[in-house]
This record gives sequence, structure tokens and C-alpha cells, in this order.
Amino acid sequence: MIVFDNVSAAYGLNGVGARFEAGIVTGIVGPNGAGKTSLFRAALGLLPLAGGAVRIRDRALKDWSREALARTIAYLPQGGEAHWPLPARALVALGRLPHRDRDAKAIDAALERADATAFADRSTSELSAGERARVLFARALATGAPVLLADEPAAYLDPAHQLRLMRLLKEEAARGTAVAVTLHDLSLASRHCDRAIVLHEGRVAASDLSDRTLAQVFGIEALRSEGTVVPWRLI
Amino acid sequence: MTRAIVALVLPTVAFAALSFFVGPSHLSASAILGGLFDGQGIAGTIAREIRLPRTGLALVVGSALGASGAALQGLFRNPLAEPGITGVTSCAGLGAVLALYFGFAAASPALLPAFAILGALASAGLLYLLSRQGAGVMALVLAGVAISSLATALTALALSFAHNPYAMSEMVLWMMGALKDRTLSDLAFAAPLVAAGIALLASAGRGLDALTLGEEAAHSLGVDVAGVRMRVVVGVALATGAATAAAGAVSFVGLVVPHLLRPFTGYQPARLILPSALGGALLVTASDLLVRTVDPGEQLRLGVVTALLGAPFFFWLILKLRREA
Repeated sequence: MIVFDNVSAAYGLNGVGARFEAGIVTGIVGPNGAGKTSLFRAALGLLPLAGGAVRIRDRALKDWSREALARTIAYLPQGGEAHWPLPARALVALGRLPHRDRDAKAIDAALERADATAFADRSTSELSAGERARVLFARALATGAPVLLADEPAAYLDPAHQLRLMRLLKEEAARGTAVAVTLHDLSLASRHCDRAIVLHEGRVAASDLSDRTLAQVFGIEALRSEGTVVPWRLI
Repeated sequence: MTRAIVALVLPTVAFAALSFFVGPSHLSASAILGGLFDGQGIAGTIAREIRLPRTGLALVVGSALGASGAALQGLFRNPLAEPGITGVTSCAGLGAVLALYFGFAAASPALLPAFAILGALASAGLLYLLSRQGAGVMALVLAGVAISSLATALTALALSFAHNPYAMSEMVLWMMGALKDRTLSDLAFAAPLVAAGIALLASAGRGLDALTLGEEAAHSLGVDVAGVRMRVVVGVALATGAATAAAGAVSFVGLVVPHLLRPFTGYQPARLILPSALGGALLVTASDLLVRTVDPGEQLRLGVVTALLGAPFFFWLILKLRREA
């Protein structure tokens, strides 16, 4: 769905080759400053490329119109925010902007899928962090885009909300969406993502979370249980 | 939005009618109305030369300031933004004072508003450049304070070096903001510029809604963020520049009105712009009526009244925001 071919940018990326495929959850992990957010920004055309190319559905990024791209890629930025205390439903309706409509069915369906229907009519300023994250997630779903990029959606969420969020991402992938998610939590990444891209200093360092990768990229040792990595101690 | 507009239309029309029909001449409403249509006699002169420009400008100036405040608050995502605080009003004022100082205003009546709009464009453009450099909201507000101080200092400089006391008093009185002694040509000049400015601001509404989620999310929703900024900056410069040229510095309208109306428009920036224009028209018309009723000699100035009402409101708003943070 999205192919990064040797993508470099003045800040953050040093020749990244990667793909986000339809129907799977791709987890992007790496230390702070590894280029995770930059990769998403490159796909959205927010980051001027110094080299390489990004292709979306077999078309070069520069050939996409702004609105067509917005209908194709839904983006959930890190630390998602709402600057005004909009009612949750009005916030979700912003996801319809690329279509220039306020399709009530799509908005209701997005609220339903994000498990946010119960507080759809409340002000976003009255919601807990977990509820607000679900509303922002519903906003991204309301676009109905075949690609979903979520930047650190699990930050600030308690364990139950993190697990719920990962389940929602998997459900979206099961509908055929190409889901890519950046995560700092290696246990979430190892357990819930179908594929991993490990970034380090703007390059793809590995595509697994083996002991060697953890030692080289993160400088840690991990415990393992049923395929789940639990970051354990510094080495 | 529709409900907010409907609720505001009636009181605005009522105050506009009061402003038009009530005055020191004690002519009956029907005489004034007759004078407006036939233009004959003393009633005709009062209706066409005094009341119509005054009421019309109150509506035009108020709507310009209200809509500009709503759009700036949407762009900066901050309820403290308004044309006065961002330095746009004082730069428009500086432009107008320079036009008066160098005698351009006397040479052609169109030059005073033209200079005011240039001043407004310069400050709004500077804010736009700063925001393009990635300056945050706090930097923009501080830049507004700096721009405002600089414009005030340059205005004071022009006053200190005024060639004669008459020019000086003209500038000082103009700076205080008033709708007294305005002519139909002032109204005819301001109205289309303000209308164009508000239309530009309204066209940015969809983008301002998207900016609720931050700039990168707005971009990802297909919004041309730079284009939205440009429309708001030019729209505010046109509307506020023309309004300031016509009425002098009338502050705080753009701060108070959008803030009061926001809960009734679902906190959505796009829905706030037109109701704020109406609310601003209502507030300025009512304030001007207050000036004329309380002090028929009109030593009290409109800009002073709006500042006396608005400044405490500003303090209250800051305290409220601090509590919420």
C-alpha cells in the first residue's frame, strides 16, 4: 500500500526502505529520535525528502492531490489534541473533511468501532484521557481511509485502554486497512503487531525484536513470555 | 450557527433602529424615516448625513471586529487572540496617524483608510511570517505585544512632532475611537472592504475547524494550512484596517464577542465567524448608543467605553484560563 524506497530527509531519515501492507498491523519501534514520526511525516508529504521516493498505491507521492491523499491516509498524530472543547461527535465529524460531507452513517460507525458511542454527545474537555483517545481514534476512522497511521496512540493510556486500542487496530487491519503504528512499548509491539520495523538513527535496523536487535538498538535485555517481549534491564 | 444568528438578528436590528431613530434632535421616527427617503429639509439632512453613517458604521465596524476576533482565535487556537492584542489595530492606527501627520488624509479622503489597511496588513503579514517560521502561539502573542508597543511608540512620536495643536488633537481624538461626525463616504468606503474581509474569513472556516486538531492533523485532512493562514491574515487586515480607518481604535470587541458566543456555536471555529460579526455589530451599536445617551456632549469616546468594558473581561478570561490549566 505504501512503499518507502531509500527515503532520506535532512532531519530524521537516512535511506529507509519499508512497506506498509494492507490487512496487517505494522509496528514501528525504535529509540527516541530514530525517525519513527519522520517516516509518517514523509508519507504525508509533510517532510521534504532529500532522496528516495514514497509510493502510495503504486503512485508517487508528488502525483497525489492534497485531498485525494487525505482520503487515502488517515493520520493520528502523537499526543492528539483538541484545542477547543468540541462535542465528541463534532470532533469525529472532522474526519469527513476530505470528503466535504458530514456523513452521519460514517460518523456513527466510526464512533461505534472506536467504542466511543456512549460519550459521543459529551464535550471532549469532560472526557478522561482514555475516552479522548478513543474519540480521536474515531476521528481517524471516520475518514474511511485504506491506510491508518497512528503515532504513539498508546502513550498516556492505562494497560486496559492500551490493550483495547491494540485490539481496535487489529480489527481495522482485518477490514483490509493498512495499519502502521509507532510504539515505545515493546511488549505491545511484539504481541499485537503482525510485522515490526525497527528504526535506529534514521535507518531500518531490523525487522524483528530478537535479543540481538534489542541489545544493539535499544541496549536492553528482555524477558520473554508467549512471544511477548518484556523490557527488563539495561546492558 | 443558524440558531445563534437568528437569536442575534433581532436585538441587532432593534439597537440599529434605536441608534437610527433616537438622537438629540427630537424629530419623530416617521419624520426621520421620511427624511431618509426624500432627503428633504432638516430631517433629510439628519437622516442621511448624521444618523445613517453613524448607525451604518457602528454595524460595519462591529461586525469587522467581531469576525476578525473569531477568525484570529481560531487560527491561533487561543481565546486571547484578537485584532487589538495581536497589534493589528495599533498598526492600522499608526497608518492612519501617519496619513494625518503627512497631510495625505487632507489630500484625498481615500488615503486615510488606505494607510490604515496598509498598517494592518504589515502587522498581520509579520505575524503570518512568524507563524510560518514555526513560532508557537505564545511567540505570536508576544510578537503581537511587541508590534503593538512599537506602533504605539511611533504613533506617540508622530504626536510629539505634530506641526500644530489642531493636527495633534485630531490624531488623539481619532485614536480614542468614535463614530461621531462620520460621513456617508466613510461608510461607503468601509462597508465593501469589511464585507470582502469577512467573506475571506468565512471562507477559511473549514480550515479553522480542522486546525482544532493541530496543524499536522489539519494538513493530513487535506487542508491547505498556509492558505488558511493567508486568508485569515488578509481578511483580518482588510476588515480591521477599514474599521479602524472609519472609527479609530475600538478595542476588545474582537475578544469579548467570540468568547461569549463560542458555547452557543458548539465551539466550532467555522460556526463562530458570522455570529461573531453579528454580535460585534450589536455590541458596537449598543456601546455607541450608550455613549450618546449617557453623555450627549460626547466627550466620552466609543473606544474608551469598549475598553472600559473589555479590559476587566480580559483579566477575568486570563484568570479563568489559568484556573482551567
